[in-house]
Order: sequence, then structure tokens, then C-alpha cells
Amino acid sequence: MFALTHDPIDHHALTESVRRDGCGAVVLFLGTVRDLSGDQVTVFLDYEAYPPMAEKKLAEIEAEVRRRWPVGEIAMVHRLGRMGVGEVSVAVAVSTPHRADAFDACRYAIDTLKELVPIWKKENAPDGRSEWVEGGTPS
Amino acid sequence: MSNSFVVHLFAAVAERMRVRVLELTLPAGSTVADARAWLTRFTPDVVDLIDRSAVAVNHEYAADDRVLNPGDELAVIPPVSGG
Repeated sequence: MFALTHDPIDHHALTESVRRDGCGAVVLFLGTVRDLSGDQVTVFLDYEAYPPMAEKKLAEIEAEVRRRWPVGEIAMVHRLGRMGVGEVSVAVAVSTPHRADAFDACRYAIDTLKELVPIWKKENAPDGRSEWVEGGTPS
Repeated sequence: MSNSFVVHLFAAVAERMRVRVLELTLPAGSTVADARAWLTRFTPDVVDLIDRSAVAVNHEYAADDRVLNPGDELAVIPPVSGG
């Protein structure tokens, strides 16, 4: 499953949702808001998305993960809106029978999400200045 | 003959152009590159940013030579930074 949400991410419930009797491994990745970007202090981040395309890309990532690894279940949730330092902006949970596949599948999912899914974050500094972060340009 | 397209703008592009959705009209047979040229024509200060951005057509990344069809939904996708 995948979702975009404006609500706080319940990563415990998300982790439980992927547990399966046939899966001996569960890997959870959390992306959290850092207090520093380089040497610039961040007080909060604003995230926005192009929802229909973001959901399409998340569906493609889920399908590719399921094609490449023996996934019991995968859950990817990205939060949108304003988040303070320490809050969870993204969570990816994957279960597989053995741990190597769970680590690899989770790594692929978050790396590909950050590369392809149309979501953007703006860093807001204590002095009121703000800047949109530029990551990669998909080709 | 010409066709009209809805173009969605996001993040730094939307802030600099001060608009989130606009409609553009291009001659039939126009491409993604023509849409890029139209977008930067009236707002030269976003040229660099749009050059760094991808363009999506109907929720899929599209190459500059992609020919636009009536009803296509366009979006300018600045370098993404989710996660």
C-alpha cells in the first residue's frame, strides 16, 4: 500500500501492517526532519506534492518492488504540509521471508521515491527566510 | 488550429510565477519544448529553474520532443526533494 497524508504518520501501526507469518524480516525506514541543513538551522519544513502523479509513481515503485523481491507486504506513506524538527515525513515498511531482501527492497523503495516522486520540501529558517530544496531531476 | 492545455506549477516555480495552474494555447502539433518556451517567454527570471525542471504530460515524465494532444494535462516538475 501507499498513501499521501497530511496527518502524523503512525509508524508503529504501519510496521505492524506489513507483518506476515511467512516473513521473518521487517525493515522500517523513517525520514525525519533534521535541525540542520548544511550549517543552516531549520525550524520547520513545508512539503507539497503533485498528488495524482505522486500516487502513480508510488504505485509503480510498489509494483517494481513486488516484482524484484519476495515481498509479504510493503507500505509507503509520505506526509505533506508543515512539519517541525523530529517529525516523520516519510515511512517505508517492507516484510520478506529473509532479512537481505527486506533491506534491499526498502532501500530501493526510498531511494526511488526520492528520485522520482513529485514531492518538494521548503526549508524555513529561524529568521523567516525559506528555500525550496532541489534534489534530483528525473529524466 | 490550436489546442489549450492546463499546466500545473509547483514549489519554487509556482512561487516565482505567482500562479499554480494556468492554461496555455499552442498550435496543433506543438511539443513539450514549445510549452517550455511559452512558459519562460513572459517570466524570464524562471528560465534557469524551468531548464532544470522536468515536464510531465498526463502524470508521466515526458521528453521535449513529445507532441501534445488535445486534453493533455501538463505539469512543470522542478527537481524533486521528497523524503
